[in-house]
Amino acid sequence: MRPKHLLLSGVFLLSAATADAYTVFVSNEKDNTVSVLDSSTMEVTKTIKVGQRPRGITLAKNGEWLLICASDDNTVQVFDARTHQFIKNLPSGPDPELFILHPTGNPLYIANEDDNIVTVVDIDKGSVVTEIPVGVEPEGMGVSPDGTILVNTSETTNMAHFIETKSNRTIDHVLVDARPRYAEFTPDGAQVWVSSEIGGTVSVIDVKTRKPLGKVTFQINGVNADAIQPVGVRITKDGKRAFVALGPANRVAVVDVPSMKVERYLLVGQRVWQLAFTPDEKQLFTTNGTSNDVSVIDVEKLRVVKSVKVGRYPWGVVIAPF
Amino acid sequence: MEQCEAEGRPRSGRAGKRRIAQIVLALAVVLLAHASVAVRAQAEPKTIGILFVRETLDRPPPLSLLDIPPSDEGLAGAKLAITDNNNTGRFLGQEFRLDAIESAKADELVSEVEKRVGEGQHFLVLAVQPQTVLKLADALKGKDALLFNAGAPDENLREEGCRANVLHTGPSRSMLADALAQYLAWKQWRRWFLIAGQRPEDLAFAEALRRAAKRFGARIVEERTFSVESGSRRADGGHEQIQQQIPLFTQNVGTHDVVVVADEAEQFGEYLPYRTWEPRPVAGTQGLVPTSWHPALEQWGGTQFQNRFRRSANRTMLPLDYDVWLAVRAVGEAATRRRSTAFVEIAAHLRSAEFELAGFKGQKLTFRDWNGQLRQPILIATPKLPVSVSPQPGFLHQFSTLDTLGVDRPETKCKF
Repeated sequence: MRPKHLLLSGVFLLSAATADAYTVFVSNEKDNTVSVLDSSTMEVTKTIKVGQRPRGITLAKNGEWLLICASDDNTVQVFDARTHQFIKNLPSGPDPELFILHPTGNPLYIANEDDNIVTVVDIDKGSVVTEIPVGVEPEGMGVSPDGTILVNTSETTNMAHFIETKSNRTIDHVLVDARPRYAEFTPDGAQVWVSSEIGGTVSVIDVKTRKPLGKVTFQINGVNADAIQPVGVRITKDGKRAFVALGPANRVAVVDVPSMKVERYLLVGQRVWQLAFTPDEKQLFTTNGTSNDVSVIDVEKLRVVKSVKVGRYPWGVVIAPF
Repeated sequence: MEQCEAEGRPRSGRAGKRRIAQIVLALAVVLLAHASVAVRAQAEPKTIGILFVRETLDRPPPLSLLDIPPSDEGLAGAKLAITDNNNTGRFLGQEFRLDAIESAKADELVSEVEKRVGEGQHFLVLAVQPQTVLKLADALKGKDALLFNAGAPDENLREEGCRANVLHTGPSRSMLADALAQYLAWKQWRRWFLIAGQRPEDLAFAEALRRAAKRFGARIVEERTFSVESGSRRADGGHEQIQQQIPLFTQNVGTHDVVVVADEAEQFGEYLPYRTWEPRPVAGTQGLVPTSWHPALEQWGGTQFQNRFRRSANRTMLPLDYDVWLAVRAVGEAATRRRSTAFVEIAAHLRSAEFELAGFKGQKLTFRDWNGQLRQPILIATPKLPVSVSPQPGFLHQFSTLDTLGVDRPETKCKF
């Protein structure tokens, strides 16, 4: 390598090192592991052995606890997010797939995909508070920023179930397009965005009236419409932009939230499902199930900067504030 | 075997022994328990009845003990779909009820079905012989009844013999043959040695394979007919005989890449793999098969679906279970979308461009408006695992790549 190049790469490393470094956790569904990445170097630093078929993954206790849905073990595992040591199992009901923590940090709402219920778990006591009956194959879970409303989507019933968290009872059921996978509230809590994998759309629902406000539709030149299968949705803190993972279309759509129109498509790895921002929202990590990697998107430049090999069938991703 | 007789489904017995099927009309009513949590449900849920109709057959036993059909083949799919429908219906004040009838006599089925339709049944899911599909369709013409053909792959039912009151959820033979041919073309296995049995359904599948070969650029280098005679059966000869007979039967054939077999009743096809004169893979009704469902499919949320089925039926899901599940779910999906339990509304939605069904195959399934056939990807599978899914990449279509499988709109002879 010529000296000039050496110098340039040295500059690059230096600037990368100055960005805030966060810890990225990726659940690998077929490997029974979680890959740990450093967000600044964008490299895998460690692989943690976890329970069977890890899918949903989140953080609790201000990021100190790493929670993993070990679907085939019918449990939620708790790990120390800093030391990666196993702490305890939480009861989860059968086949936990995705979950969400109440904004106050407790309880945890778990979608039990095989059992048509949402299980409410107190993470401190390690006990089940209650079970809420929902439609067939519950999956997507979103909670309003003020914590009053929980939305669960059921994949075969094709509904977004609105649940009042005070009473843990369903208050409404909104039909959406086929196979709803994910629910994401806008930061102001006024809307909830629900992705429909087979329908190929994202429904935008008014939270107060539970009436549909519109749908985000997708069209990509050269990609068969049937391959456009929206799953993960993330909305920026300023409520302006949404990022939607489009499954086997191998792209993440960048959507203008007010107009519900797609601004751009970013090519990532194969069968992209879930997404997570770094806490500073400078980077977005995507899990690419069939290419066994994660893509890193520069959120400001809307550019895919790197893909990083992880385990087999990466499913979920969460990023700690340290 | 005694259990089989008690159920009126003599399937197997000692080799060679045949029985005339008893005429049994077993009525099973499945009432599903309701969850008490129907929020915003109307005070009295409105019930949508679905009638599963099965014609029992006197079939020869399959070669493998593993392939003896379970007594609830098809019905188990209907039960699961009713549960799925009710789990959705409880949020909308809709209730689904499954009834089932079966008989070995087509005429009895027809008169019983007519009676049921007179009493208010509108949706019939059929696992019957092709001629019985036509008898039922004609008997119910002009009445408030919609038939779903789940069990008969016959082309005629979708073509010259198509009926306006029949939708088809099971794939046709041409869809299956085209799906296989696309995969063989993708593999560049273009020279086929076709071996067909003598039963009418074998001849029909062989015809579908010939059509598929022509469509997708394969060449049938030779065709042979396998006659199934006593003396070549496992009970008579055992493996020693088979080991001798199959190489002889497959000797002196021109250069071929693959042996393609048409043996729907499973009378000899399973003898071909690993025994042919030339070391060639076997595909068709045995070996590598095109199928609407495979019990090991895990993609597209299939795992949950398979788990749910296993818990409900205590066995793995077979293609007929899936085809019946699709039919019952189609009714449920239409009722959900129209928020209605009225026959006219549901039937109209099923036939509309808005109808789409999620069937754990990675894309929406819709009905072809020219003959009522459900479009669906077809799995290409070995007994243990799915190998691929057709349509294969590169086979394009101006409207839907799924229409590269089976008889397409410009070719159809169906006129409602």
